[in-house]
Amino acid sequence: MPTAATPVLEIRALSFYYGKTRAIEDVSLQVAPHEVLALIGPSGCGKSTLIKAVNRICEVATEVRIEGDVLLNGESVYGKDVDVTALRRRVGMVFQKPNPFPKSIYDNVAFGLRLLGLGGREVNERVEASLRAAALWDEVKDRLTHSAMSLSGGQQQRLCIARALAVEPEVILMDEPCSALDPIATQKIEDLLEELRRRLTVVIVTHNMQQAARVSDRTALMWLGRMVEVDQTKKMFTAPTQKITEDYINGRFG
Amino acid sequence: MDRSLHAGPTHRLGRTVRDPWGALFVGLCRGATAAVAVVLLWVFGEIARRGAPRVSWEFLTGTPTAGMTEGGIFPAVFGTLAVTSLMILIALPAGVFAAIYLVEYAGQGRMARLIRAGVANLAGVPSIVFGLFGVGFFVLFVGRNIDKVLGTGLLFGQPAILWATATLSCLVLPVVIVATEEALRAVPQSHREGAYALGATKWQVVSRVVLPQARGGILTGAILAISRGAGETAPILFTGCAYYLPRLPVTKLFGVIPMVNPFDQFMNLSYHIFIMATQSTNTVATQPIQYATTLVLLGLTFAMNLAAILLRSRFRRQVRQGR
Repeated sequence: MPTAATPVLEIRALSFYYGKTRAIEDVSLQVAPHEVLALIGPSGCGKSTLIKAVNRICEVATEVRIEGDVLLNGESVYGKDVDVTALRRRVGMVFQKPNPFPKSIYDNVAFGLRLLGLGGREVNERVEASLRAAALWDEVKDRLTHSAMSLSGGQQQRLCIARALAVEPEVILMDEPCSALDPIATQKIEDLLEELRRRLTVVIVTHNMQQAARVSDRTALMWLGRMVEVDQTKKMFTAPTQKITEDYINGRFG
Repeated sequence: MDRSLHAGPTHRLGRTVRDPWGALFVGLCRGATAAVAVVLLWVFGEIARRGAPRVSWEFLTGTPTAGMTEGGIFPAVFGTLAVTSLMILIALPAGVFAAIYLVEYAGQGRMARLIRAGVANLAGVPSIVFGLFGVGFFVLFVGRNIDKVLGTGLLFGQPAILWATATLSCLVLPVVIVATEEALRAVPQSHREGAYALGATKWQVVSRVVLPQARGGILTGAILAISRGAGETAPILFTGCAYYLPRLPVTKLFGVIPMVNPFDQFMNLSYHIFIMATQSTNTVATQPIQYATTLVLLGLTFAMNLAAILLRSRFRRQVRQGR
């Protein structure tokens, strides 16, 4: 449950431009520690862009301009001296389509650890712990050297979660992690979220209302780059204050 | 059940639909393929038929004798192997690094686009232009000036393996760059993002995610470069290859370690064919040697390609199996 405590993540009056196109306008949001926050809204409303601005992955491929600020435990991620690699280790990300590297299952999970120069037993232990935390260990423990490409889509996505967990982030951002998965694989990832929240904070973008209702403490609705409403998920789905929210949740548009 | 909606089959299965334009198109494609196959078989067959009887161990290991109407071609085999190997040793790293810079670092600025266009155009420049550039730039400008500065007399400022290799490297550089660029671009952006999201630096993304996946495509570039470079005559014509040089262009480093002497000239298979066919005192007498030499050159190029192809398929398997 969100508390008055210091938010682990705070987005302050964020506006976001791809070149001249504005994708996000004046969005503010606070996420409490160990909270699961669902981000919903129609396609193109800026949900993905918002979470990509948090770990600054948006800067990788395109020219972007940002106004406002994002704070991680009170510290600006856009500060002058910020090391983006350190930021991205603290704020993990799981993408819409599973994107394991064409390497072995083991090497995928060890990837982030090896970037830190770790090796040997420590990597072994953390690979196993991460695979267990992603509820994948029992399925892959006998074939860690096999290619990650030999896994099913759902397993690949859990591998990507394990890969993100291995570097022990404080926050994990999920960009429609189940949109390419079947209902059973989706179920497994939703169950997993229940476990994950004990160790970290989750922001999950989803198109699936039921999913938002099932997994999240609070839900935020974005529309045309603006934040429409943020509230307790239960309240949001039963008694929204905004007309847009009511219409969207009831499937009248989007 | 209401049967009126399903009153029976309106079409029979198994009846060929007439599609004359489609049939014509397939026929054209088949014909074109057949034409290529026939020409290829005919060329190879003719070279093999006329050349094979002359190829022997003595031919491969001997030196040309009797005004090059007799004897073997070992100096030319050695020269071709040495220069092609040195060429790929220079052009592959240079081309790969250039392509990595262009794809991963240079961005989309005006300068980067200009260089990309330049590289693409360089691939279309006739090889004789590279030959003239080689003698003008490498031998006369660079070489002579090194001699002037170091006071080495006429060591660098003359045609030599060094400059022939440099000229050939320039010729195949765009081939390597273009192939590598394509290989790098073929690596999904999602893999790069995945690595960045784990806290990888740009160099870590390139070295640990992009390059391992691009190795196969890069080797394709190397294969094309070898094929192009091994058979070229024009670029080495004025920059280092010799009409007749029966000894091998080797020296001993520190008086002990045998190595190719970069300041020596060399014989070369394609040039050897060219002079036997056009410059020889008796072109009819050398005809069997011409065919045999051509066969050896083709065999050599194919062998070098085969090595690269085997390596490439191993890399591809590794990527597929996730090693």
